[in-house]
Amino acid sequence: MDNIAGRKPALGWAVNISVVLLVALWLFPTIGLLVSSFRTADQIAATGWWKAFFPVEQTEQLRTADPGEVRAQEGDLFVVEGNIFGDGPATTISAWGVSSRDVAAYAPGETADMGDGESFTLNEDGSYRWTGTDDQISGRGQRVFVGVEQAPEFTLANYEYMLVSGGNANISKAFFNTLTVTIPATIIPILFAAFAAYALAWMDFPGRALLIAFVVALLVVPLQLALIPLLKLHLALGIGKGYLGVWLAHTGFGLPLAIYLLRNYMAGLPRDIIENARVDGATDFQIFTRIILPLSFPALASFAIFQFLWTWNDLLVALVFLVDSSGQTTVMTRHIVELLGTFGGNWEVLATAAFVSMAVPLAVFFLMQRYLVRGLLAGSVK
Amino acid sequence: MHPAIQAVLTVGVAVIVSIGYFYLSNVFLDRVLFPARGPNAGRNINRANLIRPWLFLFPAFAALGLYLAYPVVETIRLSLTDRVAGGAYVWAGTDNYAQMLGDPKFWEALRNNFFWLLIVPAASTAFGLIIAQLTDRLAWGNIAKSLIFMPMAISFVGASVIFKLVYDYRPAGEEQIGILNAVYLALGGDAPQAWLTIPWVNSLLLMVVLIWIQTGFAMVILSAALRGIPEETIEAAIVDGANPWQIFFKIKVPQIMPTIMVVWTTITIVVLKIFDIVFAMTNGQWGTQVLANYMYDKLFRANDWGVGSASAMVIMLLVLPILVWNVRTARKEMR
Repeated sequence: MDNIAGRKPALGWAVNISVVLLVALWLFPTIGLLVSSFRTADQIAATGWWKAFFPVEQTEQLRTADPGEVRAQEGDLFVVEGNIFGDGPATTISAWGVSSRDVAAYAPGETADMGDGESFTLNEDGSYRWTGTDDQISGRGQRVFVGVEQAPEFTLANYEYMLVSGGNANISKAFFNTLTVTIPATIIPILFAAFAAYALAWMDFPGRALLIAFVVALLVVPLQLALIPLLKLHLALGIGKGYLGVWLAHTGFGLPLAIYLLRNYMAGLPRDIIENARVDGATDFQIFTRIILPLSFPALASFAIFQFLWTWNDLLVALVFLVDSSGQTTVMTRHIVELLGTFGGNWEVLATAAFVSMAVPLAVFFLMQRYLVRGLLAGSVK
Repeated sequence: MHPAIQAVLTVGVAVIVSIGYFYLSNVFLDRVLFPARGPNAGRNINRANLIRPWLFLFPAFAALGLYLAYPVVETIRLSLTDRVAGGAYVWAGTDNYAQMLGDPKFWEALRNNFFWLLIVPAASTAFGLIIAQLTDRLAWGNIAKSLIFMPMAISFVGASVIFKLVYDYRPAGEEQIGILNAVYLALGGDAPQAWLTIPWVNSLLLMVVLIWIQTGFAMVILSAALRGIPEETIEAAIVDGANPWQIFFKIKVPQIMPTIMVVWTTITIVVLKIFDIVFAMTNGQWGTQVLANYMYDKLFRANDWGVGSASAMVIMLLVLPILVWNVRTARKEMR
């Protein structure tokens, strides 16, 4: 199809360029957050993330040494000399000033006339010379505003803060809570659904078509309807708010898709295999465990990925069935929403928290994309 | 005990119990209830086979009934009752619905949901179709698709954080760190805008988040559909001198129309239930309320189960046409 008549090379270029633009547009927001999670709070506040790869112009307020100890007399005048950065790391000065009204009044190497014979010289490497009368060169050191260029710098400190130290913001507990919710909530529905799907696909009984229609209908029932009745039920049964409740809820909500996906897949398996097994005297239970289950692995994997992503990323079900006021059972989505409230402008915290929560699903996504796509294609009602 | 250990134990128990149930119930059926021997062996085998499907179906359908079907009925009941002190319920007739219809916030939510329904499925499907077509014959098309599909793995909450940074606002004069304001100023905007507080614009910006997520889904499905189009139809069009635009709009799109409908309705259902994005980004302030968040507000903040259930019924009512359509197409296919 690449060399067919009527296909112009110009069009090929246009296609390539527009796809590049679309991909960039789709990636840009995520990259912004990812880059921000490796910057310090000061850097994030100083410049947009897209400038993170270029040196940053920053103005620092520094002071010379106090004249009392270090001033030297040269004729009538007193002089203080030294390096403005003290013992700190030396950087290259791009501009400087002695008044907060004009912090970049002078270029490095220039001399500032501060009136009445007092003068100040600052060089590129930070060495300075401050001269004036006995009166002028006394008390505290001279205040200097220095514009320095900071090389692009990235740090892992945010991740250390969010995962190890970090006090209230620490997300590692929420991470394990999310994991705790996810594992049973992914596996239990598969157990139930696989048996039901087999019955719906390969067993003949009255009412089968009706049950399949029932499952298709439940596929789209908004789980919002289930919140209060189930919470009431859980409270009445004594389950209350907790892991058991959220596992059960996720199992219930995941079952329609699980049954639907698995039934469609199982119904497409070759009839001969199953009938041969029947003729050879295999029971339904044997056919199911020995033949159907191993053959259905791709569909099982598809659903498992869906359910995993959905339970990992879920907020509403966890809010209603799990998270209580003790804060011991918070999940990551809930934790991030809370951080949005308390750390609203602290992007280093938010960005890092978001990426900790996104790391596992993104890894699953890129490793198992094949199964995910297959599941999507089978799962949409055609 | 660490909850993660508890989770692993639960999985183990669940696996053993469910396999045990299926195995033992089958054994019970075949050996004890209707043994395939003795004078009635033939009749017993038939009876056992009549019952067996229900053994397989029981756990799943019991869970479905309890966790999805029963709540629908219970929600209808709750929407028609009021809770009174002491945990009792009194019949309220349509009071809750009347109260809801008199609440301006409800109409705001309904109106916003309407625009979400209008814009998000259309935009996601359109973008998905365009990208599917553009990447179809591209050497690096699979990489491009995979990257555009990626937001699918990101939670709505994570996406909200991502886009909050995009929409971030700093007062005029300060360095803008939100790329939207930076671009806006670079293109000649007069002052940085607090985007999420400007009515209408903020709703559109929230929709962008969902479009960003759902486009990948639309793209994957439509891309498979485009590949499924018979080559002959396209070759015939080329022989007849059709240009690429005509091939796309007159040959390809009509052939994948059923798939486009599927994508459209699937995204429509996602939109009807949209909650997390609004909850995390604006919490319904500044005129961005939507039905699901309104319902959450009523149920868990105002503790008004009656009105909350009534608004849940509104969502159910909006889903109903799609539910019926889905069941009908599924049944047509089964035949």
